Amino acid sequence: MLLDIANLSKRFSSGGRDVAALNDVSLTLPPGETLGLVGASGSGKSTLARILLRLTSADAGSIRFEGKDWLALSGAELRRRRAKMQMVFQDVLGAFNPRATVASVLGDPLRIHDIVPKVERPREIATLLERVGLPASYASRSIREVSGGQRQRIAIARAIATRPSLIVLDEAVSALDVSIRGKILELLVELQQERGIACLFVSHDLAVLRAVSHRIAVMEAGRLVEIASARQVIENPQSSAARALIAAVPRLVTGMPERPHHDV
Amino acid sequence: MSALCEIRELEVAYRGNSVPALTNIDLDIHAGERLAIIGESGSGKSTLARTIARLLPAGARVRGEMRWSLGQAPLPGRDMGFVFQDPAASLNPVLTVGEQVAEGARLHLGLTRRTAYERALDMLERVRIPDPAKVLKAFPHQLSGGQRQRVAIAAALAAGPGILIADEATSALDMIVQAEIVSLLDELVREAGMTLIFITHDIALASGFADRVAIFRDGGLVEAGPTGAILTSPKDVYTRALLASHRDLSTPPLISEAAS
Amino acid sequence: MRRIRNLMKTPEGMAGFGILATLILVALFAPVLSPGDPLRIAGDPLLAPFVDPAFPLGTDRLGRDVLAGIIHGTRTSLAVGIAAAIAAIAIGLCVGLAAGFAGGLVEEALMRVIDAFQIVPSFLLALAFVSVIGASVPVVVLAIALGAWADPARLTRAQVLSIRERDYVAAARVIGMHPVEIAWKEILPNALPPVLALSAIIVAAAILTEAALSFLGLGDPNIVTWGSMIAEGRNVLRSSPSLSIFPGIALVVTVIGVYLLSEGFGKTLAGSEA
Repeated sequence: MLLDIANLSKRFSSGGRDVAALNDVSLTLPPGETLGLVGASGSGKSTLARILLRLTSADAGSIRFEGKDWLALSGAELRRRRAKMQMVFQDVLGAFNPRATVASVLGDPLRIHDIVPKVERPREIATLLERVGLPASYASRSIREVSGGQRQRIAIARAIATRPSLIVLDEAVSALDVSIRGKILELLVELQQERGIACLFVSHDLAVLRAVSHRIAVMEAGRLVEIASARQVIENPQSSAARALIAAVPRLVTGMPERPHHDV
Repeated sequence: MSALCEIRELEVAYRGNSVPALTNIDLDIHAGERLAIIGESGSGKSTLARTIARLLPAGARVRGEMRWSLGQAPLPGRDMGFVFQDPAASLNPVLTVGEQVAEGARLHLGLTRRTAYERALDMLERVRIPDPAKVLKAFPHQLSGGQRQRVAIAAALAAGPGILIADEATSALDMIVQAEIVSLLDELVREAGMTLIFITHDIALASGFADRVAIFRDGGLVEAGPTGAILTSPKDVYTRALLASHRDLSTPPLISEAAS
Repeated sequence: MRRIRNLMKTPEGMAGFGILATLILVALFAPVLSPGDPLRIAGDPLLAPFVDPAFPLGTDRLGRDVLAGIIHGTRTSLAVGIAAAIAAIAIGLCVGLAAGFAGGLVEEALMRVIDAFQIVPSFLLALAFVSVIGASVPVVVLAIALGAWADPARLTRAQVLSIRERDYVAAARVIGMHPVEIAWKEILPNALPPVLALSAIIVAAAILTEAALSFLGLGDPNIVTWGSMIAEGRNVLRSSPSLSIFPGIALVVTVIGVYLLSEGFGKTLAGSEA
């Protein structure tokens, strides 16, 4: 197993009340698989992603990643091993230092993890850009000068730069236009097949997860309520949370508008 | 249906921007219809909503005509309600929910403080907020995103406007809350015989309840017409591309299932 | 360069830039514009202004050239004002960054120190400091900075706390960037602009504080300053008000120039973010 999460819990205190953001969540992810993590807002799926990336701490539970106790790592050792687990954020604007250039965004991970010798870095940056469908000349641009869809391509290039075995995508296509969304999803699937990267794809949109996930995990109020193959979750949902999420996906209604489909 | 508003050769440009945000728009809004304005980012759909609601920033240049059947343009707040994408930004954080919902009713209906509060309570019930009497005294930050949007809808409808404009009112919400808010809007508008102008990037979401759709792209109107007709036989290539890029649960996945 | 061009587009920025550029030129070329020691006795005492072309603004009680004093006083005002502001912002940045990054007990302790300095009126602090240590330019600079660093420190800490939570800082952590590099490259440059915007207010306040100290006789006695000129003129305020008015005008123009410039910067910054 590439990733083994066991009994993970996290509580937040907000406004005097103690809220369980994660309640005893366990799941596993084999190499090269995409697991879709779906839930309404506040279901704890983003908290899970942030704990996994060691951006916030867990209260209880364990994570084994590539056979090692991931939560026990710290300092230089953690920084070194971070190369293997990368992330793509939702906010295509906020995920980049506003002062960065495309070259510095991609050059940083290459430098930090010494992926290629310094002299070969510009060529590696060009290769990464071309791999995600952008011209190599983009390297000299400021991150402010590129569009939202292109920025998400750069974010993906940054994530694959360190040759990770797992990428966590937190609502990675939710902020994009529909026409761009499809192309980014295709790129992600292509990269996964080519490099055998496992993905944890967090989203509130089951239609997006259906497109890219082998399995889907459903979360509700901090708990994992259902986990099965994508087809099974969508065709035969077991939990009320999954049924509500399925009913909420808008469908193209081509006839005359009748009673809307979403009276859950 | 009679035209409530006839928009002719409308052109809008923001200050300091030589390229107009909208050009050459001809569109009728019918009284009592649910009209969906659909487009991606940069299509000009929000500019159109802001032009109709007279919410354009200072210095914006508007050319062309907007002929209202009533003779005069509807007054924002009284004759026209507006719901924004981000309820956190449109609600005042230091006023209670009750004060904000009652404000419109007091201002435009000339109600007393007490009757305005009764009306606010009634409005909160109509947008189906659980425990409305308690929410009336709450501040916006104490509510969830979905509840805040319900409050914003209640505030927009408090003065009993004939037109409601919803600008990406569900895009910041998760799918389940989005479905709830859409069916709520649909129902409220049906009940009151209001005209709804629903701005969205999601053609499927609009297809579920809009009478007519207008597709926008790069500041221009691509095509407009009855929802069924546009969706079954789109005339424009762009509309077809937009429909093709829609993805729902019946769309074949991009991965081979065998890998699992 | 682009910033300055944008700045020149706002009327405030243009006016402020014009005033300050002139003052800086005057300060730089003071020995050329008015050769010799401005404190030397140059002519008859109490010459009225606009009478003798050799002394366009007249002379004071000792026969010193008022125009020469104002020209050389520009140097002191600008130098002390700018040096004090740089010192205040440097101290404030260091303390604010330390508080923002350290967190916990260190942050608590630093914040209480900041509180202490904000509670004591800064002028009183400067006055006490100069009285105890003695008047010289470096001491005056330090005294003014001591009363002015708390605001930038507080603002810097707030900036650090807010920027630390941004996605791009999370992204930097995810790629394994060292915390020191994150602080230096990701947080500091983005935390700076609002702190630097504060610098104009600090410069203006420092110029005024310096004038007030000199007025009270706590400036460096070997250097001509506008404050000491106003104090000097005070003795003959009824018979020769011009002795106080001219350095007063110089002071007002300088402070207005600084404010206009900061206003212009504020507008261009707001414009570029919109």
